[in-house]
Amino acid sequence: MLLRMSRRLGITLFSIAAVIVITFALTRVLPGDTAAYFAGPAATEDAIQEVRVKLGLDRPKYEQFIRYVQDLARGDFGQSLTTGQPVIRDITARLPASAELTLVGLILSILIAIPLGVLAAVKEGSMIDHVSRVIATAGVSLPVFFTGLLLAYFFYFILGWAPAPLGRLDIIYSAPRHVTGFYLIDSLIARDMDVFWAAAKQLILPAATLAIFSLAPITRMTRASMLAVLSSDFVRTAKASGLSTRKVIITYAFRNALLPVITTLGMVFSFLLGANVLVEKVFAWPGIGSYAVEALIASDFAPVQGFVLVMAVLYVLLNLMIDLLYGVIDPRVRMAA
Amino acid sequence: MKRRDFLKSASALAASTALTAPAVFSPAKAQSRAETLLIVSEGGPNNIDIHGVGTNVPGYEVAWNCYSRLISHEMKKLPNGSEYYDKDKFKPELAEDMKIGDMSATFKLRKDAKFHDGTAITAKDVKWSLDRAVTVGGFPTFQMRAGSLEKPEQFVVVDDHTVRVDFLRKDKMTIPDLAVVVPVVMHSELIKKNATEKDPWGLEYTKQNIAGGGPYNVEKWTPGTEVIFARNEDYKLGPLPKTKRIVWRIVPSAGNRRALLERGDADISYDLPNKDFVELKESGKLSIVSTPFSNGVQYLGMNVSKPPFDNLKVRQAVAYAVPYQKIIDAVLYGLAGKVYGAPANKQTEVAWPQAHKYNTDIAKAKKLMEEAGYKDGFETTLSFDLNFAGVNEPCCVLIQESLALIGIKTTINKVPGANWRTELNKKVMPLYVNVFSGWLDYPEYFFRWCYHGSNSIFNTMNYQSKPMDAFIDGARDAAAINDQASYDKNVKGFVDIAFADIPRIPLFQPYSNVAMQKNVTGYQYWFHRRLDYRNLAKG
Repeated sequence: MLLRMSRRLGITLFSIAAVIVITFALTRVLPGDTAAYFAGPAATEDAIQEVRVKLGLDRPKYEQFIRYVQDLARGDFGQSLTTGQPVIRDITARLPASAELTLVGLILSILIAIPLGVLAAVKEGSMIDHVSRVIATAGVSLPVFFTGLLLAYFFYFILGWAPAPLGRLDIIYSAPRHVTGFYLIDSLIARDMDVFWAAAKQLILPAATLAIFSLAPITRMTRASMLAVLSSDFVRTAKASGLSTRKVIITYAFRNALLPVITTLGMVFSFLLGANVLVEKVFAWPGIGSYAVEALIASDFAPVQGFVLVMAVLYVLLNLMIDLLYGVIDPRVRMAA
Repeated sequence: MKRRDFLKSASALAASTALTAPAVFSPAKAQSRAETLLIVSEGGPNNIDIHGVGTNVPGYEVAWNCYSRLISHEMKKLPNGSEYYDKDKFKPELAEDMKIGDMSATFKLRKDAKFHDGTAITAKDVKWSLDRAVTVGGFPTFQMRAGSLEKPEQFVVVDDHTVRVDFLRKDKMTIPDLAVVVPVVMHSELIKKNATEKDPWGLEYTKQNIAGGGPYNVEKWTPGTEVIFARNEDYKLGPLPKTKRIVWRIVPSAGNRRALLERGDADISYDLPNKDFVELKESGKLSIVSTPFSNGVQYLGMNVSKPPFDNLKVRQAVAYAVPYQKIIDAVLYGLAGKVYGAPANKQTEVAWPQAHKYNTDIAKAKKLMEEAGYKDGFETTLSFDLNFAGVNEPCCVLIQESLALIGIKTTINKVPGANWRTELNKKVMPLYVNVFSGWLDYPEYFFRWCYHGSNSIFNTMNYQSKPMDAFIDGARDAAAINDQASYDKNVKGFVDIAFADIPRIPLFQPYSNVAMQKNVTGYQYWFHRRLDYRNLAKG
């Protein structure tokens, strides 16, 4: 087990190193001249050159790379030119915002998708199976920005039930003291129920948008894997032994069907974390996805590199966690290791 | 823990949270909302120092409101009742008195002026700040140079409360250039304390911190999310600003900015699509102010250094093929000034922008193409900046359609915003749509940037003409010595050449559109086209 873990860690370290090299190379190959962009609207050739020297962009590429790696080793991700802040500070401020939104969205999605998937499998071909198929297909085929705008239009603009899509908090509240960066948790730590409810209300629409989008893979995966398990021998045996349907489905079938579902959850989570740019844009959410996209538009290298690196590390950690979870859910995985 | 204890403590917790949780609409919060003005816009600042490296346009707004300058402009009322800065009338801000001599201007500073931390503003701060503006390089230094403010030696401390600015040469732009966003007065001692050997002007410090004495101060800045401003309660350089607190939130989705305005949650927004502005205007729920960009024109540029656009007849053919009115109606929903189709007998004015005499006349355009030897037309690319795709894209599609009628086949080339400036600088794009507007509202200023042979980045056509240069230089020299007759002659001269030679075709004069709640008053148009917070109030 330990050997396997260390071998795995070695591979991940290698892939992170590769990510560093590739992102560096890719961002330099991109068209667009950072210096010209930041020299401002009235810049001459001289002014652009001045900015270029100031940003160190006049140095040869390998020298820039060495400097970049040295800075990374010191935990310095460089400066973002678009926000004017150190990248590491931007990312630590924005990652929790994305993570909180994604987690709430995912939990919401799980609460609906898993029971729906299980029901669809148990009553295969019934009304509920068709309903679940329609919901899943509709959810995944509507682009997120569209669902987001639609929800904002109905629940904020027409009905006025939801709060204004102004980001994480209404302007009359100030953010709770930073502990985890998750407003829901921080506000509870600060014992400020006002802010807790305000933050929760802001979360509803964007989280629902994400949930609708991620319903499909989770429902379909739950259904497929439940179907496979339900038709297996041990379930037939359990049924034949006269166990209650409830016991058969939940204790025996569902637990065995969970493995692929967990894998899907991991994939969906990491995908959502990076890809909810559009939801962040629609709801003015100060998350990490919109941060990276804005930086990319401005040819701002450092944040893009920082974003990719952080995402790569997150992916690796997430996969590690899922591997460990496998062991908890299915003892056979532990034995095999 | 026993079950009973748990229940007890749980109910105690519930009781305590109930006590600490006031109603969501507490009177105190409602009060603070009434004294807070909420501005929503698409983008926010990346640096709150106008002298910084690569400070973006939203950053100018922060600098404008948080720093003071020696002088500023008076306001005037436009016929439509909106307030507009008066480019000819200056008013004292930090200086209580300005004496303009032959080769210098002397400013007497107010004695009660203070920075936000209470330190008095003295002449050495003024000199240090102006020295900084002309030395740090990049945009600020460039802007200062546009007013012949180039060397630190030009700024002389006479005594604690008197500063003299020596002129390098006679230049009409010198005084106006002291009233733009760049020549701010900074807290020199505070910045010096935070400067390092590598960064003697403390740019790293002022990037994040305001070190000034303007009407507002930044209370909190979360990049990419919001800027919160608090009024400077001790502001002495003018009337106390009307609103206590300004919150500027970044809302990237234009649809949501409109929804926020319509629901009454946001107070002001100024970068909505034209279609939304027109619909909001018609709905009558909000007040909408549209003001033409001062000294600004959106144009169709042609690279005159290469065929086919080196041929005057081809350029004229294009000018007769552009669907001017269609662009104004269908792309801008009427929110634009007309700069085409002047009557044939119209005299050239001493003004910019002004209408040229080209019209949409496809028959004439076809004939010109034939005369130019391009009977069968040619193929080319039409480029635009994706950052302003909302206007540029439909505009280019209309032009593409029209040019097809005279045999010019165009492929539309969408250039990402980050790349646009680089492409402009290369001066190789054959045909493109772009906009330029000058802070200083003088025709010769616009022409120096856009048409002069010194070939600045905005002479995007790579246009070279000796007579044009002579007229532009002539106008500048005449303005410096107040020779009105010669000035008028030169301005008319360069405008005539620009229209006859037509290296770039003015399409329309863009409008700056601001939408606000009916109870918001005090909006003023400034040359920088950003908001001045001082007079904004919620009634």
